[in-house]
Amino acid sequence: MNLALRDIRHNLGRFLLTCLGLSLLLGVVMSMIGIYRGLVADALGIARAPAAQIWVVEAKSRGPFAEASRIPGDTREAIARIAGVADSGSVTYQSVEASFRDRPLRLYVIGFEPGRPGGPRLLTEGRPITQARFEMIADARGGLSIGDVVTMGRSRFHVVGTTTGQVASGGDPVVYVTLKDSQRLQFDLTPSAQRREQARGASGGSSDIVNAVVATLIPNASTGLVADTIRRWKHLNALSQEEQETILTRSVVEMARRQIGLFTSLLLAVSAVIIALIIYTLTIDKLREIATLKLIGAPDRVIIGLIVQQALAMGVIGFGFGLALILTIKDRFPRRVVIEPSDVGVLALVILAVCILASGLGVRLALKVDPAKALGG
Amino acid sequence: MPKPLVSVRNVSKHFGEGEARVDALVDVSLDVMAGEVVGLKGPSGSGKTTLLNVIGCILEPSAGQLVLNDEVVFDRKWLTRDLRRMRLERIGFIFQAHNLLPFLSVVENVALVLRLAGQSEQAATARADELLTYLEVSHRRKAMPAQLSGGEAQRVAIARALANQPRVILADEPTAALDSERARIVMDLLRRVAVENEASIITVTHDEKIFSRFDRLVSLRDGRIDA
Ligand SMILES: Nc1ncnc2c1ncn2[C@@H]1O[C@H](COP(=O)(O)OP(=O)(O)OP(=O)(O)O)[C@@H](O)[C@H]1O
Ligand SMILES: [Mg+2]
Repeated sequence: MNLALRDIRHNLGRFLLTCLGLSLLLGVVMSMIGIYRGLVADALGIARAPAAQIWVVEAKSRGPFAEASRIPGDTREAIARIAGVADSGSVTYQSVEASFRDRPLRLYVIGFEPGRPGGPRLLTEGRPITQARFEMIADARGGLSIGDVVTMGRSRFHVVGTTTGQVASGGDPVVYVTLKDSQRLQFDLTPSAQRREQARGASGGSSDIVNAVVATLIPNASTGLVADTIRRWKHLNALSQEEQETILTRSVVEMARRQIGLFTSLLLAVSAVIIALIIYTLTIDKLREIATLKLIGAPDRVIIGLIVQQALAMGVIGFGFGLALILTIKDRFPRRVVIEPSDVGVLALVILAVCILASGLGVRLALKVDPAKALGG
Repeated sequence: MPKPLVSVRNVSKHFGEGEARVDALVDVSLDVMAGEVVGLKGPSGSGKTTLLNVIGCILEPSAGQLVLNDEVVFDRKWLTRDLRRMRLERIGFIFQAHNLLPFLSVVENVALVLRLAGQSEQAATARADELLTYLEVSHRRKAMPAQLSGGEAQRVAIARALANQPRVILADEPTAALDSERARIVMDLLRRVAVENEASIITVTHDEKIFSRFDRLVSLRDGRIDA
């Protein structure tokens, strides 16, 4: 007969309630880690979407995600002529407050040239953009589906295809439109401002501006060499895909990482204290039984086993419930929550260590109990 | 001349030092024979529980000698290394507040001490059932301690104390929670055990109604044995 198990069964309600509380706490810890992983995954998802090897941006800029970057629209042709470049495409990125069914909807608009790098890769439904204007591929995160009409600026866009899991690092769902449409959205002035500019005698300026050019290379071409060639144009900067990802994880997500990291550490510390307290009070509640066990001659290992096994059972069940909970609700979060098996493993080890350390406190207390206490004389 | 099973020789026990010093036992000597049922009486604070704890190897005396079953257990220091093992195998305790483990059923409470002494689950349960039958509580074998009446709980506690067939049984006011009829039944039972197991039984009691049930009454006053 296992004493730890029998005691748990005797106080099953209380034990389960304790486990439930612990599992909520551990669920929160896990979701914090998952939110951080989701943030990184989202940020990298956007950068990886074009499947580029080189990012051409404005000189001295680390854009287009970390900083603003504006380069002339004809840059792409120059890039395409560089030896080693297989394919290239102009892209724009911007956040837009769109309106859908009379409600505002924040979208992250990516403009691309159909048939060139930079567009959506995998459509879950519908077809690619075929018209030069007013068609849109939308991500399911925004709640849009095929046939929906979204108003952006002064134009109405028809959703013709959908993707999943693409959001900007700020959380806004991604939509793809043609480069032309996106340039109108980003760089065109309102009619009244245009009239004012014309009245001033301004030339009207060029609206053929893009945020970046993404390029793929032919096999065996050197990324460094191509980047160096591009940097020779004084108005351009070139970043490899790796550099772009590093910028995103280091600078764009860094604050969030530290914020969430600190908060997660605090939560872990709180969990550790709570686990220690629970085990300590569980032991205090059993002092009389422990004294009785000593009096009738039970060796220390029986008493240690009672405490450690209960601590472990609580940790394991609390952790299991917590994991199940977070896996059930993770898709209901407004932003992506990524539960990585390695994170779960590390957290499990941490909780295990906390349980064992905390039961050390209980064990110390238990071993000091005077068996005479059981006599109550 | 038979040898005593329990022999307390010139044992003293004090708590604290200086101003706070309490002499709980002063030069106490007591021999108890096999089969003998001895009662310990005396006013509150006279040292009854202290003496019982010393004999039960729960409390270390300040001076003197303790011999159990021909083994010198204490002579100015503990001579027996594993006191808990000795308690498990040679001494049975019966408490006023029966102290059954609340999370084990009646039969498990009794079987536990047999399991601790190394018996198999099956053998322990069989022996526990035998004891419960002997003490006429086998019909409650599956019950949890909280569901038992005072008398039933006390009989289960006695079954547990007897499980490993100890030659020394120590009881601290075992009948305090029982009515006089039940108290008499418990005392008769203890006597039967003493005779059948050739055990020494030492019982602390305030209960004058059962004084007549002891072979001998030892009276303590201020830590000394009264003549
Ligand atoms: N752990 C202890 N620390 C200090 N003093 C103690 C301790 N245990 C007992 N005493 C003191 O020793 C004396 C004898 O106590 P003991 O418990 O043996 O009395 P008792 O005869 O059992 O009394 P009662 O009938 O009230 O149970 C008392 O004065 C008591 O206060
Ligand atoms: Mg007492």
